[in-house]
Amino acid sequence: MATQFVIDGLKASIDGKEILKGINLEIKGGEIHAIMGPNGTGKSTLASALMGHPKYEVTEGSAQLNGEDLLEMEVDERARAGLFLAMQYPSEIPGVTNSDFLRSALNARRGEGNEISLIKFIRQMEGKMKDLEMNPEFAHRYLNEGFSGGEKKRNEILQMMLLDPKIVVLDEIDSGLDIDALRIVSNGVNAMRSEDRGFLIITHYQRLLNYIKPDFVHVMMQGRIVKSGGPELAERLENEGYDWVKEELGIVDETVGQA
Amino acid sequence: MSTQLSTQANRQSAEALARSKGEPDWLVELRGEAAELAGTIEWPKPEKVRIERWNLTAIGNYEQPKEAGAVSELPEVVRGLVAEGTENLLIQRNSGAVWKQTSSELAAKGVIFTDLETACREHGDLVQPYLFQAIAKDEDKLTALNAALWNGGVFVYVPKNVEVELPLQAILYNDNPEATFAPHILIVADSNSRVTYVDCAVSDPGAAAGPFVHPSIVEVFVKPGALVRFGSIHSMGETGVDMTIRRAVVENDGRVEWIIGDLNDGNTLSDTKSVLKGQGSTSDTKVISVGMNSQQNSLTTQAVHFGKSSDSNMVTRAVMKDSASAIINGITKIEHGATKANGVQTEKVLMLSPKARGDANPILLIDEDDVTAGHAASVGQVNPEQVYYLMSRGISKQDAERLIIYGFLAPVVSEIPVEAVRGQLQRLLERKLEG
Repeated sequence: MATQFVIDGLKASIDGKEILKGINLEIKGGEIHAIMGPNGTGKSTLASALMGHPKYEVTEGSAQLNGEDLLEMEVDERARAGLFLAMQYPSEIPGVTNSDFLRSALNARRGEGNEISLIKFIRQMEGKMKDLEMNPEFAHRYLNEGFSGGEKKRNEILQMMLLDPKIVVLDEIDSGLDIDALRIVSNGVNAMRSEDRGFLIITHYQRLLNYIKPDFVHVMMQGRIVKSGGPELAERLENEGYDWVKEELGIVDETVGQA
Repeated sequence: MSTQLSTQANRQSAEALARSKGEPDWLVELRGEAAELAGTIEWPKPEKVRIERWNLTAIGNYEQPKEAGAVSELPEVVRGLVAEGTENLLIQRNSGAVWKQTSSELAAKGVIFTDLETACREHGDLVQPYLFQAIAKDEDKLTALNAALWNGGVFVYVPKNVEVELPLQAILYNDNPEATFAPHILIVADSNSRVTYVDCAVSDPGAAAGPFVHPSIVEVFVKPGALVRFGSIHSMGETGVDMTIRRAVVENDGRVEWIIGDLNDGNTLSDTKSVLKGQGSTSDTKVISVGMNSQQNSLTTQAVHFGKSSDSNMVTRAVMKDSASAIINGITKIEHGATKANGVQTEKVLMLSPKARGDANPILLIDEDDVTAGHAASVGQVNPEQVYYLMSRGISKQDAERLIIYGFLAPVVSEIPVEAVRGQLQRLLERKLEG
């Protein structure tokens, strides 16, 4: 079945403050959607709410992946159902090597009785690390501990490549990346484009979209998607900023939950 | 119930027992004096743990050891610990050695690896200058009690410039709570020698059902330029009280490495100290502990710097479940004159239940200006952000917490020098963490 991801009327709050005020979005396999918007408009909250971060409470709506509501599931179940979130601030886990972590994640995805052999796993991991121009030493380092910002982002993409998800959410994957790292990370994402996989790219710079061409661009303000269009929308935002959108829609303060 | 403390630890009975075992006069005298002291001085007083409330009376009676015919006759809890193909192995059951084996290669190099009782009889000239010199018999009731009653034990002597490649292994086990189980371990590494020693103190879960006390002392002497790696895992049953005091005296450019796993199910007092006497002497101490049920743990690491440019590093990590508690003390003392000394310590407690208790007390006592020292301590629960991150990759909550906990203990587990012991440590951790 072709991948279909439908977010319907999603509302979420943090500490009782509503941040997402009804998000509607549909992503099909093969499509790349970009969500853009100034800081503080709810973009990262959308990513965290979809994944199930414990701080965010979903108050209304659904997020169906091939007919199953992810919001009814635990975080790990969402991941096994095919959702992947490349995080803006990945956790550091001392004492757990990157390769042990990756293998645990891969085996959790594959299910009991279908674990990958060690040799096969190492071959896969090393292959993908090479594609991402990662030093092989990173397999034996503790998970994200002492990684630079760029190394963490590459490690997120490595996980995405190994876990082969159906829906990928990239939360500010471009922040903190220099131009070379941006190119490598983008190549990794582009290599994963397929008819079975949809992408949701969250960014506030158009820069990333020069490397990863989106099919649809959405602008988020005040916890809602206020404007949608094609790639030309991203270019206009890059050239003219967000003020014209605000003017057009009569928005004075685009942020949400800041006070 | 054993209340032999008063009878065994009086001068007459301690001396009589020593004589009946054919111990030399100097040792008979030491035991007699210690027995008298044990009746008058106090138990040690660790921070925030009232050990006098523990059941400390079950000292038991001396049990005549019976030599084992073969390792295969020993209980499973012991056999599983033996390093495959080892030629250097010593086993103590209850009150004495029942198995000992040293390779001819080591013997030819002059290495002595035997039980301490035998060593006192056969190598008194080597033992007497060291026994109860790192730890004085009159420090407290515990040291006096061990001096009066110690049995079996381990003696390691490595001559000058000799390097012992393979680890020496000792297993000390208790399968009779009525028997006195009080090992004393003495290691002397002469100048520029190297040795790795690993032991396990266990109780047979099928047999040791009554209360027992394990008053144990370890003394390590590191001569100039020598290196001693000392690994130890304690995993005795919940009816036992483990009180173990370890101390190393390190001379010029010598080094001691402690790797300690305190994994008993019963109350535990563990105190591991390096006295850095010599210039350029160094010490590295790693301790892990897992507590469950209502177990109380007092875990202390200490480094005392006398030597110039001496260096110490101490790491303690404890995971507390249920209503277990761990009071962790780290004491770095730098004496006047120990210029360029460096002492670093870290204590961390991970609590897995709201009723678990952890306390980390880093203490720096510095009487010299020209030094560097540092400490870090933390007490907390499993970080929910970390759990979320791992779960977001499809790992179940249980497995995520497991990874984080094992990761927390990894810095010590990965350092255990004998593979069989490391494997056993993993199994013990799994049992305690997941049982």
